Amino acid sequence: MTSSDLNWDAIVIGGGHNGLVAAATLAESGRKVLLLEAGKEVGGAARTEEFAPGFRVSAVAHLLNRLHPDVVKTLELERHGLKVERGDFVPSVALSKNGPLTLHGAYGEVLTGASSAEQSAWKELRAQLLRYAGVLKPFQSRRPPDLGNMSLAEMTGLGQTALALKRLGKEDMRDFLRVLLMNVYDLLDEQLSDDRLKGLLAFDATLGSHLGPRSPTSLLGLYYRLAGEIGGLAGAQVQPKGGMGAVVAAIRAAAEKAGVSIRHASPVARVIVETGRAIGVVTQSGEALRAKTVVSAVNPATTILDLVGPREVDTGFVRKVRNIRMKGDAAKLHLALDRPPQFTGVDTAGHKGRLVIAPSPDHVERAFNPSKYGEFSPEPVMEITLPSLADPSLAPSGACVLSAVVQYAPYALKEGWTSGKPKFLKAIMGELETYAPGIGATVRHAELLTPADIEDRYRMPGGHWHHGELQADQMLMSRPVSGWSGYDTPLEGLFLAGAGSHPGGGISGAPGLNAARRIIAMRA
Amino acid sequence: MIRHVEINSARSAAQSHFRTLRLGTPFQPRIDALGLKQDWYSWAGYRAPHSLWDEELEYFAIRSQAALFDISPMTKYRIEGPDAEAYLDRVTLRDVTKLKPGRVHYTAWCDDEGFVLDDGTLFRLSPTRFRLCSQERHLPWLLDSAIGYEVSVEEETEAVAGLALQGPTSFAILRDAGFVGVERLKVFDLAEFEHDGATVTISRTGFTGDLGYELFVPADKALSLWDRLMAAGELRGIRAIGYTALNRARLEAGLIVANADFTTSEHAIRTDRLRMPDEIGLGFMIDPDKGHFNGRRAILEARARKKLRHVLVGLEIEGNIPAEHAIVYYRKSQEVGLVSAAMWSPMAKRNIALASLKRPYGDTIVDDLWVEIYAMRELQYQKLMKRAKVVPRPFIKLDRRTANPPADF
Repeated sequence: MTSSDLNWDAIVIGGGHNGLVAAATLAESGRKVLLLEAGKEVGGAARTEEFAPGFRVSAVAHLLNRLHPDVVKTLELERHGLKVERGDFVPSVALSKNGPLTLHGAYGEVLTGASSAEQSAWKELRAQLLRYAGVLKPFQSRRPPDLGNMSLAEMTGLGQTALALKRLGKEDMRDFLRVLLMNVYDLLDEQLSDDRLKGLLAFDATLGSHLGPRSPTSLLGLYYRLAGEIGGLAGAQVQPKGGMGAVVAAIRAAAEKAGVSIRHASPVARVIVETGRAIGVVTQSGEALRAKTVVSAVNPATTILDLVGPREVDTGFVRKVRNIRMKGDAAKLHLALDRPPQFTGVDTAGHKGRLVIAPSPDHVERAFNPSKYGEFSPEPVMEITLPSLADPSLAPSGACVLSAVVQYAPYALKEGWTSGKPKFLKAIMGELETYAPGIGATVRHAELLTPADIEDRYRMPGGHWHHGELQADQMLMSRPVSGWSGYDTPLEGLFLAGAGSHPGGGISGAPGLNAARRIIAMRA
Repeated sequence: MIRHVEINSARSAAQSHFRTLRLGTPFQPRIDALGLKQDWYSWAGYRAPHSLWDEELEYFAIRSQAALFDISPMTKYRIEGPDAEAYLDRVTLRDVTKLKPGRVHYTAWCDDEGFVLDDGTLFRLSPTRFRLCSQERHLPWLLDSAIGYEVSVEEETEAVAGLALQGPTSFAILRDAGFVGVERLKVFDLAEFEHDGATVTISRTGFTGDLGYELFVPADKALSLWDRLMAAGELRGIRAIGYTALNRARLEAGLIVANADFTTSEHAIRTDRLRMPDEIGLGFMIDPDKGHFNGRRAILEARARKKLRHVLVGLEIEGNIPAEHAIVYYRKSQEVGLVSAAMWSPMAKRNIALASLKRPYGDTIVDDLWVEIYAMRELQYQKLMKRAKVVPRPFIKLDRRTANPPADF
C-alpha cells in the first residue's frame, strides 16, 4: 500500500451524476476535492455510449425530466453548455391499436387524440396532480425531516410544507391526504375514462419500481415524476442533444472549473476507518488517500457492506442496510435500425417524443403480475425514444437509434437471464412489431440490458436505477434507511450522496446537491 | 382441509413447549427428588426451583458449606471460528482481545442506540472457541452480527448442562471428587477435566461472591456429574439449592440481574426504561480505544452530551426491614428512583439494596436520600421512611473467593 502525501478535504467515491454534483458543489465551497471513478469515464448510468458501430445512445436514463433547478443554478450548468428551452420539450404518445393519444408540452398541457369530455377531465386531473405533487416538491431539495432532533431550519421547512398544504384549501387538503397512499389505478378510474390515457399514467406511476398500477401507494410514483421539472416547467421532458452524456459533460465541466480533480479507472476497495471515523479510502490498486470527508455517491449497500464493512458499524444498522429492497424490474433496450421506424398513426413530432406502449391500466397490471413470481412480462410495457431523429450524430447517416425502457424484467428471473434474455427480447420485438410494423426487419443490432446486465455494467446492485425501491417505506426519512436519512452515516466523516439517498433516482442531482449542502452546513 | 390439519400437526410436533409448559433440565430427576417444597418457577422455559427444602438453610449452605445450583436453563452459545475473537469484540463491550484462552469475563452487549441487550459471561475455551452465557435469548442478533465474520454461532442451551458449586467447601469437594489440578484455577480461570468418558469444563466463577465454581458438561453426562459431586460432598455439607437463596447471595455480592435490576432493551416497552451501560453500573466495561463495538457511537455521544439519565447504586438503609421495590425519595418528598432488590444481609449485618435513581441523584447528589418501606403487619401497612446511604458494591468481600490456593474447608 502506497500513501499519497496529498490530503484532500473531500474524496467523492463514484462519478455518476450525483457524485459529480456533490464534488462540484463541495469544490465551489472552497474545498479541495478528489473524485474517484471506477470506470473509464464519468457519468455512470447517464453516459452516452456506443452500442453498435456508429450507433450511440443514452445508457440507462434517456429522458431528462427532473434535473433540479438548484443544481442547474448552483453549478451554472447553462454556462457549461446545458440549455433547455421550451422548444425542446417533447410530447408523450400513448400508443394503441385504436390510434395514438398525445400529451403535448409539459406533461399534457394540451391533450390530443381524445374526446372533448376526456380532454376537460384531463385538464382537471392534471392540475390536481401538479398541485399535489407541488406540495411534495420542496422536500426534494432538503434533508428529510429528522424527527428525533430537528433544527430550526428543518422545522421551518416542515412548517412551510404544512402551509403549502393549508394553501390548497380545505377540500383539496382533505383530498390530498385521501389519495396520497392510493393506488394509481383506482384514482384514474375516478376521473378518467380513456384507457390509453389511463394506461400511460399507470405506466408512468410504476416506471422503475416493483409495483403494478393496482399496488397500494403506486400513485406516489406519479407524484415523484411530476415533482420533477425541467426548463422551469413541472412534468416537462427533453431528449438532450448528444444524449444524457451531454448533461454529464456539462456537470463535469462545472466540477472541473470548480477545481475538482477527477481520476478515472480508480475503483475504491475500501473506506479507511479509524475509531469510528472515515479518514480516507484505499483504491483497488492499493493507494491510500486521506481526506477530512469521504462522500460515497455509489450504492448505499455497497458503501456500507463492501467499502466500510459490517465490522465498523452496528448490527442494527447492518440489518437495515441489508434490508434495503433494490431488485430492479426494468430492462433497457437499444436497437440499431437501418432506417427510422414508422409507428402507426404517429406524426413526425410524435416520433421525436416519448412513445409509450401501455394501452390500458389493466395491460400494465397484467404485465406486472408475472414479475411477482420471477417471470418477465409476456406482453411488456415500455417507453421508447428515437434519439437520432433529433440528433442525427447518434447514428450513421439514414440509420436510426431506438432506446426503450421495458417492464417488467425481474432482476431474479426464475429461469435465469441467460436463457430468459432471448425470450424476453422476442416478446419485446413482438410488441414493437405490433405498433411499428416492419421494424424487426430493420434491426441491425439489438442490445438488451436486463437488470443483471445493468448491475454488472453500471455497478448498480440489483440493476435498480433508484439504488433502492422508491416506495413509501423507502422514501424521505426512511431512505436509505430509517434513522440515517440525512446523508450522514454512523461513521463520522462518511456521507452518502447517491440516488439511494433521498429523494431518489433519475437525473436530478438532488441527492448529490443535498449531501454537499449538508456537509457544508456541518462544516465537515 | 386435510392439508390444513397436516400442517398443524407438523407444527405442533416442532413446538413441544406448548405441551410441556416447563421443560425439565438434564438434572431434573435429582432435583425433583429433592424438591420437597414443590416451589417451581419458569426460568427461560425450564422448571426451576425457588427453593427445595428451606430458603434460609439453602442460603447458609452457600455461605457455610457448599451449594449446588442447576444453571442449565442459562442461555448458552457456542461461538467458533478464526474470527470469533474479532466478532465478539464487536458484539460485546469489553475488550475480548485481552481475554486469554482459559479465562472468563463478565461482559454485556448493546444495540445500536447503546442500550443494554443483556449481560453475561464469556468463556474463552480456546483461541478460536468461546461460550457466551446470558439471561435472554439472542440468536437472531448474534447471527446478524456475524455478517462479515468467519464465525459460527450455535445455541447449545439444551446440549450443555451446567452446575454452579458455590461455597467455602466447594474446592475441597471438587478435589475429593477427583478433579486433579482444580486447585490451580484462579478466579476467572477455566480448565477441562475428564468426566465419565467426556469432558467437563470447570471455571472458578459464580454468582455468589463466594469461593465457587461452575461446571459445564454434555447433557447426557449431567446425572453422573451430579452424583459424583454429591458423593464427594456428603461430608462437606453439600446441598442442592433454589434461586431464592442464590438471589440473596448475589445481592450481597452486589451483582445485577437482567430484567430484575434493569430492563433489557428488547424487553422494554417504555422508552424511558432503556438503559445504557453507564446507567446500570457497567460503564467500566466500555473501552473507547478498542475497535468498533455495537453501540459505541451512541454511548460515547451520550457521555459527551451528558445524556445519561439514570444511575444504579448500592444502598445501605437504616433499620432491618428489607426495602424491596421501595420508592427512593430526596428530602423525603421528591421521588428519585426505585429499589430493585433488597435484603437484610446476614453476612454484612446491614440492610442493603440495589436501586436505580434519576441523575443527578445517586450520582452527584447522594445526601438526604430516603426510602419508603411498606411493612405489612397483620393486615396493616406500617409506612417507614428510612434514611438511605449510597455505598460501594459489593456489600461483602470474602477473601476466600480469591484466595490462592483455595482454602480447604
